[in-house]
Amino acid sequence: MERKTKIHAEEGKQELLITREFDLPLALLFKAYEDPEIVEQWMGTKVLKLDNKKHGGFRFETTDPKGNKHRFAGVIHEFIANEKIIRTFEMENTPFGVQLEFLEFTRLTDETSRLNMHIVFRSIDLRDQLLKLPFAQGINMAHNRIQEVLRKLK
Amino acid sequence: MDLRRDVFQAIADPTRRAIIALVALNAMTPSAIAEKFDSSRQTISKHIQILTECELLRQEQTGREIYYHFNPRKMKEIADFIEPFRNLWDDRFNKLESIMKKYKSKK
Repeated sequence: MERKTKIHAEEGKQELLITREFDLPLALLFKAYEDPEIVEQWMGTKVLKLDNKKHGGFRFETTDPKGNKHRFAGVIHEFIANEKIIRTFEMENTPFGVQLEFLEFTRLTDETSRLNMHIVFRSIDLRDQLLKLPFAQGINMAHNRIQEVLRKLK
Repeated sequence: MDLRRDVFQAIADPTRRAIIALVALNAMTPSAIAEKFDSSRQTISKHIQILTECELLRQEQTGREIYYHFNPRKMKEIADFIEPFRNLWDDRFNKLESIMKKYKSKK
């Protein structure tokens, strides 16, 4: 299946562009970011706080299969319905630090829309580490599986 | 860039990732690798073949035995690349899209 999400990460830059076109009217796409119950569903997270306005903020919490809780939080600098969100984002208790996010929502047709996410990191290294994270998790999962297999053999 | 696509296919499979992780710790013979898994020897040897074709593993003859070594250079190439990150976001956005489509039809 074709991947509809495009990621642009230029080498030697501390930023990242994520672009996605949705088969959804603009208002519905924006609603998925605005409504805490819907955010919970697609982000797979619990929303502790979502104060959608200038000087507002958000706090999310996810629980991994081992029961560990991970928190994500940020403050909102700009919130214009069906147009844009400017916010910070941070994974608490990780070395990744805070990142600055510019989200732009654009109407393409009555039934389609586009989201541009421009993420700025503190350094190139931090950006590259974050990009590698899903891959590292894949390897960790493989390691865990090996440990299980080895335990069974004992 | 056929080769690059193949490398991602290679690491998309959890068993193959487990093989990479095993061989990364120690060069191993095919039978030693197969012993670590519940799958049949044939299945594992197919996985090893794919990993070798993608140059993630390389063979070395030691006496009568063939040992598989991990090729870290190739792994670096993948680790630098953003495909898993993109897949993560793509899955997330696909979910958003399907939830909102249902939401629309409910109204």
